[in-house]
Amino acid sequence: MGQIFRNKDGKSILMKMVKAIQDNKAYLGEVDGLIGDGDHGMNMNKGFTVFEERFGSEEFGFTEGLEELGMILMNEIGGSMGPIYGTIFTAMAEKGEGLEEISLTGFADILEYALAKLQTIIEAQVGDKTLVDTLSPAADSLRQSQKVGWDLMTAMNAMAEAAAKGRDSTKDMVAKFGRSSRLGERSRGVLDAGATSCCLILTAMAEGIKEMVC
Amino acid sequence: MKKIMNAPEAYTDDMLKGIYMTHEEVKYVNDDLRCYCIANKKPDKVAIITGGGTGHLPLFLGYVGHGLIDGCAVGGVFQSPSAEQIFEVTKEVEAGAGVLYLYGNYTGDIMNFDMAAELCEMEDIKTASIVGADDVNSGAPKVRRGVAGIFYMFKAAGAKADMGGNLEEVLAAAQKAKERTRTVGFAMSPCIIPEVGKPNFTLEENEMAMGMGIHGEPGIWNGPIKTSGELAEESLHTILEDMPIAKGEEAAILINGLGATSVEELYILCKDVVEYLEGQGIKVVRSNVGEYATSMEMMGASVSVCRLDEELKEYLDHPVSTPFYIQKARDGYDAV
Repeated sequence: MGQIFRNKDGKSILMKMVKAIQDNKAYLGEVDGLIGDGDHGMNMNKGFTVFEERFGSEEFGFTEGLEELGMILMNEIGGSMGPIYGTIFTAMAEKGEGLEEISLTGFADILEYALAKLQTIIEAQVGDKTLVDTLSPAADSLRQSQKVGWDLMTAMNAMAEAAAKGRDSTKDMVAKFGRSSRLGERSRGVLDAGATSCCLILTAMAEGIKEMVC
Repeated sequence: MKKIMNAPEAYTDDMLKGIYMTHEEVKYVNDDLRCYCIANKKPDKVAIITGGGTGHLPLFLGYVGHGLIDGCAVGGVFQSPSAEQIFEVTKEVEAGAGVLYLYGNYTGDIMNFDMAAELCEMEDIKTASIVGADDVNSGAPKVRRGVAGIFYMFKAAGAKADMGGNLEEVLAAAQKAKERTRTVGFAMSPCIIPEVGKPNFTLEENEMAMGMGIHGEPGIWNGPIKTSGELAEESLHTILEDMPIAKGEEAAILINGLGATSVEELYILCKDVVEYLEGQGIKVVRSNVGEYATSMEMMGASVSVCRLDEELKEYLDHPVSTPFYIQKARDGYDAV
């Protein structure tokens, strides 16, 4: 008990991710507006809402949903977030598509693979004030939880915590990647918008998975 | 926010519909208004494709036309287009001689163009890529933003392709224009992204921002508005420090309005730029004054300088005709 979730039960996880973005559209815009152009919430909302409109009434599993969401972001949304989240979600789908039951080990593999794929398209490392600062500690925490033998439920809580800590860590960083990197020191003192949306998504994913654990 | 529009989210597509209704020389493909292509492509020519966010007209799509570039993937306001849109434009306008991707140095655009280039590779379409990065105040050369100076890259690459150059030669022409072009811009008021609805920074009544980017990226100083002469001097000092031009050399200048600054003011700035350069012994032999890369309703301008040689001069003088930009041949004959 408490060690896996079924891939085919994954629709509600995706819908929680959609809702998290929709509910935080304005907030993400405000975060982005401090050192970016303020459209991050709007663009994320656009992509996630297209997914909801197209697949909200369909049946699909966790990795199928990630694949569709990723393709919409990659092909139809553009911007920098389209390819970035598109790559993350399609990579997660690719790594997990063969799994009927997803264990903590399996989920750690999936997130690590997504991070590795992401780093083939962007050079950002931990500390550069990007969503890597959220995604990387989240993936590390999963692996850590697996090593110490935690159950999936506890591991999800730990992942969400690690993601939040990672997001908060971007506040004191100076941007080294993307449009805000040209601000130098002036980028210090505010959260990174991508790290913030990534934390919302991972938290929603953790909540969704916790409800499906069996 | 005071804008002539309908739903904010329809801003880009409504604009595109208007453009297609007005200009028969362009069309869209793949049933996507944002896949903007020249209507009649020239066979066997290297195709040049650009792309970028909406909000900068005539950049980027306004340079699609004869003697310049062949296609443009259009993003939402200040947003990169998607890789798929770039790829669809590429498939339509490529004419068997390879494709040059020429766009501004922005993270999102780079990711999407690189992904499109990978899609092309799978279909055996040969591509090369180069980014405009002329905004001196935005950092070290490699990270600089691409702003109005990309005009000279379009002009050089477009002319070389139109003259029958191969992909390497067209790339080299763009590279040469890039190496010899620098821009400094400054803003006096913000612009508003329609879907955001409010400016993401403010400037006081008598305040300006030197070095601000065309998406409102902060510049190097905010302070009281300077005179045209002082602005010309500071801009050119920055440019010439970064790219020295010897006495007796020739240069082209581009005085670009950001959207809400009057053409009268641009010509005042032009006068001061020319006087300053000539004071340094530099001959200004080509001038463009007007709107070339805007930031919607932002007030302000940019000054670009292109250090010329005979080859670049020939490219700049090549006649072009697009719905947004017409340049006749210097001997008076009409553009193609």
